[in-house]
Amino acid sequence: MSDASGKMKGRRRWAVAGVVVIAATFGWLLYGGLDKNVVFFLTPAELLAKGTDGVEVPVRLGGQVKPGSVAWDDQTLDLNFVVVDGVGEVKVHSTGAPPQMFRDGMGVIVEGQFGRDGVFRSSSLMVKHSNEYRPPAEGQRPQEMYKTLFKESPK
Amino acid sequence: MIPPAVPHHETPLPVAGRWPLFGAFALVFLIFAQVSSVLVSPPDRDMGHLQKIMYVHVPAAWTTFLAFFVVLVFSLLVLWKGRETHDLIAASAAEVGAMFNALTLALGMIWGRPTWGVWWTWDARLTSTLVLFLIFVGYLSLRAFIEEPERRARWSAAVGVLGAINVPIVYMSVKWWRTLHQLQSSPSTVDPAYVYGLRVNAFAFLFVLIYLVRRRYEAARLARAAEQLNDVAALGGR
Repeated sequence: MSDASGKMKGRRRWAVAGVVVIAATFGWLLYGGLDKNVVFFLTPAELLAKGTDGVEVPVRLGGQVKPGSVAWDDQTLDLNFVVVDGVGEVKVHSTGAPPQMFRDGMGVIVEGQFGRDGVFRSSSLMVKHSNEYRPPAEGQRPQEMYKTLFKESPK
Repeated sequence: MIPPAVPHHETPLPVAGRWPLFGAFALVFLIFAQVSSVLVSPPDRDMGHLQKIMYVHVPAAWTTFLAFFVVLVFSLLVLWKGRETHDLIAASAAEVGAMFNALTLALGMIWGRPTWGVWWTWDARLTSTLVLFLIFVGYLSLRAFIEEPERRARWSAAVGVLGAINVPIVYMSVKWWRTLHQLQSSPSTVDPAYVYGLRVNAFAFLFVLIYLVRRRYEAARLARAAEQLNDVAALGGR
């Protein structure tokens, strides 16, 4: 009998410990313990707002490719474009052909360093896809856009 | 610790019954769901037919969440009532859930490479999904390490509850933090042409989940019954 009640107590202690951990984890998450630390990328405005603190340190920058800003040199494999967030804009330099879905207006995240000359040197370029899934409009051939932009790129 | 002298079954051993038939139905329905959704939907304007991965990656993720929710419910029941059947249901759901979790990660990587340009990145969604997987791999190895059934049930129930807490974190990660992974799609962001495929495959994966958990549970009960008979034989009983 006493053995059984001892077991019950042990079990209850586990349940209480579990509930405490659950509550603590959620509290921590909801009240922003991680909020400030888990920032996967900075927007152009945030990067610019950091001033010299944001210069020449490894950082990720995310935003949209400014329409009309993409310049690709198929000889040197230099890729230049501007990342915007509606507030600020940052010039980005990257090397090599970007992922297939890179195009005007697309979300991108670049890893690299913001130089003193105001150009972000990207070592890695990722395309951020939105949660929108749409069939192409009549006559629209989006995949051709990439091909016409980057078809000259040697391997 | 001496095991109980007589194998006690709280409930009669589960029988296969019509479950194999249900399994056949689930398989046929899955094939139908996949084939029909792939044939019916137009290519996406950005990613073309790569969009079809949505019909396996997304249902796999939902199924993972559901499986770990089952683990949560039955782990709490174990902590509350201490019944072995609950423990074995939780373990079965954890095993199947870990499999779907691995599938979610693998399919996501296959989609991510051509879309994002990288197989993997340490954003909050990807990292938390990997952590979820590792916790349940830990859960399964913990079970393999603890010999004594009652301790195994209690310890793994605790880990099961703690692991399942990560499900809402994984789900909300794209809202709470900035991630490379996109937000959840909803009917307003997904063209109706793709909604059918998501819905029908959600059901197909659900049926497969139910089937696998059920059969795994049957196997787990039979294995436990055999263990108990062995214990009795070892003690020279009957």
